[in-house]
Amino acid sequence: MTSTVPISLQRRFDLTIDGKDVTVTEGQTILEACRQVQVDIPTLCYLETLTPVNVCRLCVVEVKGSRTLVSACSRKVEPKMEILTDSSRVNTSRRMVLELLASSVDLSLADDEVGHWMQQYDVHPERHGPQSDPAEEGERDRGHAGEHKAIDGSTAETVAQPIKRDNGQYLRDYSRCILCYKCVEACGVDAQNTFAIAVAGRGFEARISTEYNVALPESACVYCGNCVAVCPTGALMPTIEFDLRESGKWDPKSQTVTQTVCPYCGVGCNLELHVQDNQIFKVTSPLDHSTTSGNLCIKGRFGFEFVH
Amino acid sequence: MDLKTTEDVATEEERKAADSVIGSAPPSWSDGLRPGVGGRVILGGQRRRANLRHLLLPTLHAIQDQIGWISHGALNYVCTRLDIAPAEAFGVASSYSLFSLRPTAQTVVHVCDDIACRAAGSDSVETMRGHFGEPDTTDGQLTWRTSPCLGQCEHGSAAMVTIAGSPGVREVLAPFNIHELDTVVSNTTAKRPPTPATLLNQVRSELHLLKRIGLVDPESLDSYRSEGGYQALRRAIDFGPEWVIRELKDAKLLGRGGAAFPTGAKWEAVAHSSVRPRYFVANADESEPGTFKDRVLIENDPFALVEALTIAGVTTGAEQGYIYIRGEYPLGERRLRSAITQAQSRGLLGDDIMGSGLKFQIEVRRGAGAYIAGEETALFNSIEGHRPEPRTKPPYPVDKGLFAKPTGINNVETLLSALEIISSGATEFIRYGTESSTGTRMFCLSGCVNLPGIYEVPLGTKLRELIQIAGGVTEGHQLTAILLGGAAGSFVGPDQLDLELSFEAVRMAGTTLGSGVVIVIDETVDMVAFVRRIAQFFRDESCGQCVPCRVGTVRQEEVLARLSLNAPLGSRQDELSLLDDLGSVMRDASICGLGQAANTAVLSAIEQQLIFSSKGNS
Amino acid sequence: MGSDIALANTIGRHIIHAGLSNSDFIRRATINFDVYAKSVEPFTLEVGEKLTGIPGTAIAQLAEDYARADRAQLCWTLGITEHHTGTDNVLALCNLALLTGHVGRYGSGLVPLRGQNNVQGGGDMGAIPNKLPGFQDIETDTFAREQFEARWGTPLPRTKGWHLSQMFDAMETGELTSLYIIGENPAQSEADVKKARHLLTGLEHLVVQDIFLTKTAELADVVLPATASWAESDGTVTSSERRVQRVRRAVVQPAGSRDDVEIICQIAAKMGHDWGSPTAEQVWDELRSLSPMHAGMSYRRLEELGGLQWPCYDENHPGELFLHGRLWDEPITGPPATFSATPFEPPLDELDSEFPIRLTTGRRLDSFNTGVQTGAYSSPIRSKEALALSPEDMGAYKLQDGDRVLVRSRRGGIEAPVRTDPTLRSGLAFLTLHFPDQVDTNLLTIDTWDKKAGTAEFKATAIAIERLGQDATPNDHSDKRVDK
Repeated sequence: MTSTVPISLQRRFDLTIDGKDVTVTEGQTILEACRQVQVDIPTLCYLETLTPVNVCRLCVVEVKGSRTLVSACSRKVEPKMEILTDSSRVNTSRRMVLELLASSVDLSLADDEVGHWMQQYDVHPERHGPQSDPAEEGERDRGHAGEHKAIDGSTAETVAQPIKRDNGQYLRDYSRCILCYKCVEACGVDAQNTFAIAVAGRGFEARISTEYNVALPESACVYCGNCVAVCPTGALMPTIEFDLRESGKWDPKSQTVTQTVCPYCGVGCNLELHVQDNQIFKVTSPLDHSTTSGNLCIKGRFGFEFVH
Repeated sequence: MDLKTTEDVATEEERKAADSVIGSAPPSWSDGLRPGVGGRVILGGQRRRANLRHLLLPTLHAIQDQIGWISHGALNYVCTRLDIAPAEAFGVASSYSLFSLRPTAQTVVHVCDDIACRAAGSDSVETMRGHFGEPDTTDGQLTWRTSPCLGQCEHGSAAMVTIAGSPGVREVLAPFNIHELDTVVSNTTAKRPPTPATLLNQVRSELHLLKRIGLVDPESLDSYRSEGGYQALRRAIDFGPEWVIRELKDAKLLGRGGAAFPTGAKWEAVAHSSVRPRYFVANADESEPGTFKDRVLIENDPFALVEALTIAGVTTGAEQGYIYIRGEYPLGERRLRSAITQAQSRGLLGDDIMGSGLKFQIEVRRGAGAYIAGEETALFNSIEGHRPEPRTKPPYPVDKGLFAKPTGINNVETLLSALEIISSGATEFIRYGTESSTGTRMFCLSGCVNLPGIYEVPLGTKLRELIQIAGGVTEGHQLTAILLGGAAGSFVGPDQLDLELSFEAVRMAGTTLGSGVVIVIDETVDMVAFVRRIAQFFRDESCGQCVPCRVGTVRQEEVLARLSLNAPLGSRQDELSLLDDLGSVMRDASICGLGQAANTAVLSAIEQQLIFSSKGNS
Repeated sequence: MGSDIALANTIGRHIIHAGLSNSDFIRRATINFDVYAKSVEPFTLEVGEKLTGIPGTAIAQLAEDYARADRAQLCWTLGITEHHTGTDNVLALCNLALLTGHVGRYGSGLVPLRGQNNVQGGGDMGAIPNKLPGFQDIETDTFAREQFEARWGTPLPRTKGWHLSQMFDAMETGELTSLYIIGENPAQSEADVKKARHLLTGLEHLVVQDIFLTKTAELADVVLPATASWAESDGTVTSSERRVQRVRRAVVQPAGSRDDVEIICQIAAKMGHDWGSPTAEQVWDELRSLSPMHAGMSYRRLEELGGLQWPCYDENHPGELFLHGRLWDEPITGPPATFSATPFEPPLDELDSEFPIRLTTGRRLDSFNTGVQTGAYSSPIRSKEALALSPEDMGAYKLQDGDRVLVRSRRGGIEAPVRTDPTLRSGLAFLTLHFPDQVDTNLLTIDTWDKKAGTAEFKATAIAIERLGQDATPNDHSDKRVDK
């Protein structure tokens, strides 16, 4: 988020990152400071266009004097901070965060970098045992706060469950949900202000849900698909893309992405048309474009079929 | 935001329940649904919405109390009246264990199966199963479910009974007794006589925080004043905020909530803020298993908390105070509300406190079954009508707390200590305790001890002495361990009885005073089951926000299950190193204290060889 | 409905009387304030409330919030312009911006939101009767006209042409006999569409160039299948914020369709002019050489910068984030801004005892204009088109959701199901234009147009509602497909 303080009034000061002196600007986050000097910090729940919620805890770094690790995505820089991004504490936490996620969530469609981090941090989700059977339809949505079934530890509990397919535009495969809150933020004050979904329940039974788990067409959803656009793990996916993958014809090598402008109203949202076999299967919008920062409405996101 | 609800409509009873908090709908509303002529203009937009949201939790309580569950129609009505998106309201309602989102029996009995009752050998869960079958059935008049600690640990067993109705019933039975349960259920109008205050083996003249317990009538302001009540507020008003803050600093009062932050500095930061309005909150959501001190104080000396919070308010320039009390303390809540009403009627709260022109109001907010709401920033979210999820710090509450305004927040014991300092002076206060841990502290003794109860001793008292005051370990049994600080604390062994109970000494020993929990354990206690209950507690109470805690607490419970069933994955050593790794990530990378402390007790039990060792009893 | 000027004038008066006008800005950068102040004087909150139906307290709060804001914008769509007083509606809003100084600064201003992705670009390119590309006046800007004549090697008309409403008038009088329509569907989108269809049918020759066989194309003598400009061809469009952006070809067009540029050049060739086969960029570069405000917008820069906002005079010019900054220069650059007196006139299609309900028209989120594009995808939030009525009127006419009614205006009648909409107030009804095959809304609307801008009064029609017999059950229309 941009600061409201005029640039000329922002203080500049020094800190160290992994022992190297770095000059930063007041108001920056540790993550921004690190990226500025090409120090790589893995993130899952962070997105430039959303307010940091710092829940995945993958971006943690060590700050001298701090009892616990701190999340780089939300913590602002302070003068003379000594930041370590590669200490053994940091690496253990990152390894374990990835391990906890990979042992409980299907990450097979997550962004490519997740796979690279799994190797980099030597992640072994199988340490936690074989994965539990998927929950039945609606089972995870019926949970009562503060209660869970007795366990014997023979399997690692997961969030696996049937896919929710209740409209023609996109489907929700919460077996892939890492609860990064991005979709909730995009549906709420960070973009759409529709509030069709929120986090419900608590603990491991926490989930993204409409009220009483009603189907999307009954909910406040306006199918802008801004949640789909920010989902990092493929839990939210356009139906056309899903069916293309299911049909076995999915072929990333033959796909093209072309940037153009939405054919409907006068806002001028930029569209990225994802095309395979001369068919548009997905529409996204560049995050770094100042017109709408990646957000679209139902027409831009899903209203392209007239071309075909 | 355009509010969109499904077509589910509230019944008249549900609307009435909601209206009891929100007030009646404007006359133009028909069936409580949508505004007709003239009702379409809503002035205020976002501001209005923000101003209403804090009513969500009290309104959900009213519906739960009167109807017994929160239906989709009822939620729609609440959302329409308060201008909240239904998905968000559902997210809030579903994060509290005392709200039911599907139909359930009219009478629900919440039976404590937590560690203190376990250590005391409670068999109430078995009794309930014997009488009523399996828990959480949806048919019939009565159902029961197990509950985390109800804060009645000195009684050794406890249950909370809720009977939906208008008026409904919320009563706690401690100790739990199946016959008494029958009486409550069959005769909903008879008020149970409150449990009398328990002060055992203590010389009243040596008590400071507990000195009025049993002496004052908790229902009578006059009785409180006759015991010196409201002299401290008079002094605080006469001498002014800077004097109060200096006294607190001179007294070196450290917060009793667990973090041991200097109270004077906290009050000063709020008082010196340039932002208004400001708030002051009393955190009475004590839910740490084994803790019951706030309950004893509030039930028996409620005016003291009201006076202490008023002093905090006038000192810091806050004009609105909140007392957030856990939902499992119906008696304490009733007495607090009565105390506030009396104080208001006598000009001790309101727009002109004691004729000084100073303003301060107090509202009581009831928790709904969420340990995490005791974390200060989660507590703010809870009051504001959001999910009780901890916020990232910084910013700290003194800068951006409740409603994003400067907020002071202290737990009950800290506020009462401040009250004691203002009434007796810093010099008197520091006569007790050690150089850096000044004053007295309350300890909650429970488990295998002869005289379980609340004990107030100077900080620095040895653990051995404290247990002796409480009558020592149960006759004929042998001490095996003591859980210090509650589920978030750690075990110390019989060899550590000389541990000095001061902030600095316990820190040196790698443990914590936490909320003053001392659960005494002898050889009759199944340590593996005890530790697994702690692991289960953290899993159930995790808010689910951050990965280390949400998944880590599950994995920890699974490892413990495997080890206790002697079915490790790989070697025992593999499992122990897995526990270690889980400990690292939870401790280092969780957002709040819950996750950070979620395996302290587990690891200390292993270190102390209480479980999973040749020496342990597994 | 139709009382926008009354509302704006009431706001203006309240700002003046509350002492919240920006007197420094008014003194430095505007003229005619006294005339304006005098003209709004009758619009007290009470009068405003009476004329608009909005509570005076709400108007006062809006006025004060707007005046006190650090930055404030007035955004509008066709609800302001599609009235016979459309131009004055806009001027009434301009007055408010001048009154408070909310103009010519970052984050403040007047923002007409364009209804199509390139309606701004169409105007920029000279698709206005009196302008050459770049808003250069064909009658008064001799220098510009000569530039074009030199470049194109042909003399240009010295007088302006007709706007859309005038064209239909000219069809009526027989002055206009042939029409070449590109990408418009007037047979469904025009006000008083019955009359429009009649006139289109009576033309000697009608050519329609479109990506669909629209209702208008069905009336044509020649149909030229075109490509979808945003996904099947290259070029630029200009959004509401004057930002020129690139569109690109992503898919291959259906067999038989051709790019607009190609079609036009081939028609030119048939008429004996060899325009070659220019690329979209070559056409654009020609435009840049003739329209100074586009001069700096090379394709390369448009790509690099994600678009540029005109004016952009050369390749070092960053474009302008907002206009009218000159009003804040000390002293101001150029002429001062003028307050206009904007008298209030109710809509021409008057309400009376026979036609007591005010009908307004518009869009819904998931659909677009006459639905030729959005009809192709199935939207879960799209409901069957229905006449939306306030709960009070539903009660007064003893109607239930789904009942069918006869809706009559002074021009025609249609049948439609009804639906309760609690956001409407008594006496106000709403219909979209999205589903003319289901509900032909524009059979009702009035084609009276604003003399200054030529915009039809789509937004305020007087209608009568009649409940149809019991035999017409709510399901009667269910056999008609909603989603294609």
